[in-house]
Amino acid sequence: MDCYTANWNPLGDSAFYRKYELYSMDWDLKEELRDCLVAAAPYGGPIALLRNPWRKEKAASVRPVLDIYSASGMPLASLLWKSGPVVSLGWSAEEELLCVQEDGAVLVYGLHGDFRRHFSMGNEVLQNRVLDARIFHTEFGSGVAILTGAHRFTLSANVGDLKLRRMPEVPGLQSAPSCWTALCQDRVAHILLAVGPDLYLLDHAACSAVTPPGLAPGVSSFLQMAVSFTYRHLALFTDTGYIWMGTASLKEKLCEFTCNIRAPPKQMVWCSRPRSKERAVVVAWERRLMVVGDAPESIQYKQLTIQVLLDRLVLRRLYPLAIQICEYLRLPEVQGVSRILAHWACYKVQQKDVSDEDVARAINQKLGDTPGVSYSDIAARAYGCGRTELAIKLLEYEPRSGEQVPLLLKMKRSKLALSKAIESGDTDLVFTVLLHLKNELNRGDFFMTLRNQPMALSLYRQFCKHQELETLKDLYNQDDNHQELGSFHIRASYAAEERIEGRVAALQTAADAFYKAKNEFAAKATEDQMRLLRLQRRLEDELGGQFLDLSLHDTVTTLILGSHNKRAEQLARDFRIPDKRLWWLKLTALADLEDWEELEKFSKSKKSPIGYLPFVEICMKQHNKYEAKKYASRVGPEQKVKALLLVGDVAQAADVAIEHRNEAELSLVLSHCTGATDGATADKIQRARAQAQKK
Amino acid sequence: MAAHLSYGRVNLNVLREAVRRELREFLDKCAGSKAIVWDEYLTGPFGLIAQYSLLKEHEVEKMFTLKGNRLPAADVKNIIFFVRPRLELMDIIAENVLSEDRRGPTRDFHILFVPRRSLLCEQRLKDLGVLGSFIHREEYSLDLIPFDGDLLSMESEGAFKECYLEGDQTSLYHAAKGLMTLQALYGTIPQIFGKGECARQVANMMIRMKREFTGSQNSIFPVFDNLLLLDRNVDLLTPLATQLTYEGLIDEIYGIQNSYVKLPPEKFAPKKQGDGGKDLPTEAKKLQLNSAEELYAEIRDKNFNAVGSVLSKKAKIISAAFEERHNAKTVGEIKQFVSQLPHMQAARGSLANHTSIAELIKDVTNRVLLLLPRLECNGTISAHRNLRLPGSSDSLASASQVAEITASEDFFDKLTVEQEFMSGIDTDKVNNYIEDCIAQKHSLSKVLRLVCLQSVCNSGLKQKVLDYYKREILQTYGYEHILTLHNLEKAGLLKPQTGGKNNYPTIRKTLRLWMDDVNEQNPTDISYVYSGYAPLSVRLAQLLSRPGWRSIEEVLRILPGPHFEERQPLPTGLQKKRQPGENRVTLIFFLGGVTFAEIAALRFLSQLEDGGTEYVIATTKLMNGTSWIEALMEKPF
Repeated sequence: MDCYTANWNPLGDSAFYRKYELYSMDWDLKEELRDCLVAAAPYGGPIALLRNPWRKEKAASVRPVLDIYSASGMPLASLLWKSGPVVSLGWSAEEELLCVQEDGAVLVYGLHGDFRRHFSMGNEVLQNRVLDARIFHTEFGSGVAILTGAHRFTLSANVGDLKLRRMPEVPGLQSAPSCWTALCQDRVAHILLAVGPDLYLLDHAACSAVTPPGLAPGVSSFLQMAVSFTYRHLALFTDTGYIWMGTASLKEKLCEFTCNIRAPPKQMVWCSRPRSKERAVVVAWERRLMVVGDAPESIQYKQLTIQVLLDRLVLRRLYPLAIQICEYLRLPEVQGVSRILAHWACYKVQQKDVSDEDVARAINQKLGDTPGVSYSDIAARAYGCGRTELAIKLLEYEPRSGEQVPLLLKMKRSKLALSKAIESGDTDLVFTVLLHLKNELNRGDFFMTLRNQPMALSLYRQFCKHQELETLKDLYNQDDNHQELGSFHIRASYAAEERIEGRVAALQTAADAFYKAKNEFAAKATEDQMRLLRLQRRLEDELGGQFLDLSLHDTVTTLILGSHNKRAEQLARDFRIPDKRLWWLKLTALADLEDWEELEKFSKSKKSPIGYLPFVEICMKQHNKYEAKKYASRVGPEQKVKALLLVGDVAQAADVAIEHRNEAELSLVLSHCTGATDGATADKIQRARAQAQKK
Repeated sequence: MAAHLSYGRVNLNVLREAVRRELREFLDKCAGSKAIVWDEYLTGPFGLIAQYSLLKEHEVEKMFTLKGNRLPAADVKNIIFFVRPRLELMDIIAENVLSEDRRGPTRDFHILFVPRRSLLCEQRLKDLGVLGSFIHREEYSLDLIPFDGDLLSMESEGAFKECYLEGDQTSLYHAAKGLMTLQALYGTIPQIFGKGECARQVANMMIRMKREFTGSQNSIFPVFDNLLLLDRNVDLLTPLATQLTYEGLIDEIYGIQNSYVKLPPEKFAPKKQGDGGKDLPTEAKKLQLNSAEELYAEIRDKNFNAVGSVLSKKAKIISAAFEERHNAKTVGEIKQFVSQLPHMQAARGSLANHTSIAELIKDVTNRVLLLLPRLECNGTISAHRNLRLPGSSDSLASASQVAEITASEDFFDKLTVEQEFMSGIDTDKVNNYIEDCIAQKHSLSKVLRLVCLQSVCNSGLKQKVLDYYKREILQTYGYEHILTLHNLEKAGLLKPQTGGKNNYPTIRKTLRLWMDDVNEQNPTDISYVYSGYAPLSVRLAQLLSRPGWRSIEEVLRILPGPHFEERQPLPTGLQKKRQPGENRVTLIFFLGGVTFAEIAALRFLSQLEDGGTEYVIATTKLMNGTSWIEALMEKPF
């Protein structure tokens, strides 16, 4: 029995542990690990080592070297570091290596040492430099937290969708915190930091002091802190050699332990086996390792999902195996085979020894219209490898214009982008390309491009109408669109010009344009308006009051209301107001003035071209039945009944209707008869109707 | 909450729920308390999707209208801008964000573009230096909003102007997107028909978008059998005519906005004894009009002349129901009566409202409502130049009523002229009535509506006639309207006759647009909605369903734009086997707007026993002739 328990050592009273080697590392390291920046990816992923990270010499021989190994130490990539000094390394959940530089730039590499992209952590970071950085994992992806030289924190919770958050200031923080970590709670990333005996929790809105429950007294500084991989648990190591372990929410203590070492540990991490209920913290010093465990409690660990497994195979370029697994598991194409093929294609475009045509053809042959494959992603990869022509060829297979166009723009194929955008019907895309083109081309070329794309041209005109009026004019000029130019100057005469001379001048330009457009009517109307404007100005000078911008009709009305009848007549003649409308105009104005005498004189000046019913109506509207009756008698036979009814003379209306033998009129009168007063009239009508029917 | 959306042949509540879910998901992304800053135009349409209670459930504590300068104070964690993607709105947002007090608590900004995120707008925000301030920038694809069990609208006011005047197809793109959303929920529509340039473009975009989604095979059994896309400019005539259905008239006179109407309050005052009418309400009465109200669903699509008899019948039924209480003797009977009371009271309230509305309309139209309850009418319909028109008035011509009478006389005269034009009488010369309207300075939109109607019914006016009208309008209403006239000409609403040929009579005869025998009470043809004129657009839909457009090729060629048919192949498992007697379902999409009268006509066709087709109606905007013309008017100052 001895042999089974021989290598087990007691841990506390009731637990045992053993150490054994799972496998040996294949690598052949010459440096001490302590001289390197080291980052191991989660879930047994790759390990990155940056040798000589702090050397600043320019000489190639002493430049830092970035090595990437598999978890078992198989070399995957090795490259010379040519960028700036690196502060921190870390792997994203997608197994991308994030290298945080001192200037706040983050360079992203693939598993095989292929450069992917870079981004900046913002100006503030650039100015104050990076003091310390952490790469952390959240349910959204992987985040980066930065401590700057100004002792401020900046973080992005997901580098895949970069949004920088500058955390609030920690009051009174003069030097770097003794230790800190990124936490993720309630889907929000926080920073927990220790300053002397105090702990602070930073979220993007506030900085609040926190106290772990049941913390032993006498702590004057926290030397190290560790958060478990799931962000559920937190361990703190203090200068009294005391270890506090509890929930990361700081609501509950799990256990505590005091050791006899007061020196700051080099490292402290949570560890436990999958599906194990035991959790432990491992604390490491230079020459000592300590494991602190606690009572069992259930913890769920996220398993490696099949998706993650496939990703790992893909990253290791084991495409056929991945596809076989998909097929075996009957995964839906979008999640399975298509995705792997897309990855394969992205790899394929990097094979520089194969011609563009061959690569494009090979990819299309394998992928065809496989659902869920994004040709634009593949094209973007090709472009990233400097193969623009290949990218354009691949984009031809992309059905989504929204994906096609931005990449084409990035590749400076703006004109192609324009026609693709137009094809899609997505006006926003067209606008985007247009504004791009506008900056890229000189004005002449830009206008020429527009000329050949009517849809783009009309959109651009709309844009100019609201944003760049002067350009709009140039566009119309280019197209010899005189009609629109005319309208343009009319608008200008109202909007841009205050002075009467300016307005008239703008209208003159408009009139000229209308003549060129062979729009005789508009030209004449515009000239009339110029005349009217000048006249209105003179009227204002001579008579006072407000005339400008009244219509001709209202100008005449205003004159009559002000008893300037002569001028009114003159104006009506000058502008040839039709007789009928002039009569309506005068009738309305005089009734408004209640100048009944003048109205009667006017009605007798000659035979009314509008008849006399309007006179009756308008008098009744002004409640003047007496005047109304005067005109009712002059109304012609066709409208007589109506007029009589208007003035309330039902009996006479009945007589006229009977005389006319008009059934419609009879009905109309009858409907105006009210029971008591018009009984006789109603009877009379009924009799007349009966008689008419007899015949 | 919106049960009336699920009564139709197609359950549009599915769409409503889908858009509500999308809204909730977005709100939950912005964790914590929030304030919404609204692009004012969106509040109406949003009201049909989500009441304030939904927003409140998701921690929306404050709501503001988007304005320049500084945001009002609000103690919230998130500020969310709900906006249409327009540059001028981006400028305001930037102003808001930049003037945010930096000493105060930091707040998270988010932006929700409705219905589409826009690179152009984001570029503008970037240029203004605020793009980085937004945590979430997302889009809310609220393209088609369910208005009723068979009605969807994009409520895009500028759609017609943009499409037909400015060559801007943004709203067509949104329409296509909206149709894709519908297909995602209700299955691929196997057949697409269309007439008009815009229809063609929307169909092209749909086909293209379908290709973009090759990945996700739609496995929903198709609810719609076909889609008919119709350009508004194929039928410019219909909206110009005055709608004569109940709902149409309410819209013509008072304007229905997002299914609400505001009415003069006097007729809705509660009648109390001895009140002396002192406390007349001054605030407009706001009513929601949709099929959730049983009575309204019954009368909305009737010709107004047929509404009175329904109302009076209802009145009798309701008072009989209330009389029942005298017969209720046993406890059980009384209990049963009481249990019905709420329903009866609602019905009585509804009846009272619609009786008041009918009276209001009658004051304007002076139509004869022989059987309108509470009213004593003794008029008859008179024949006027052999056109069926309302003719008599039922009240005395006391001086105070002259204005009212003149108004109704005028409504009558206007209708006469409209009907003359539509039936082809005297369309080629200057019309006296229009001349008089101008001389009396009637509203410009009314004048323009008539002139345009005459122009459309004559395939354009003689140059001399056109110039005369234009000159009269400019002299009377002001020279600045030359821009409006120009717009109308560009839209084809007003134009000189080219080649001296008037095509309208051919169209009218072939499509039977003018029907001499119309039964307003028990209609047998769609022409009842305009008391004689059958809306061209709906006639096209009717002929497409039976016997098919092949029979009217000649007329289709005269009407503007191409006509076409596209098929979207379905996997065999999804192909429909129609039961005998089962109606087809057609989705008809009016690009550029639709009127309530056209909707009524389509509902009439849906209800025909042997019609064979039921319609679901979609449009860029619910409109009437006046709102249409007004959208085309331009005021330079």
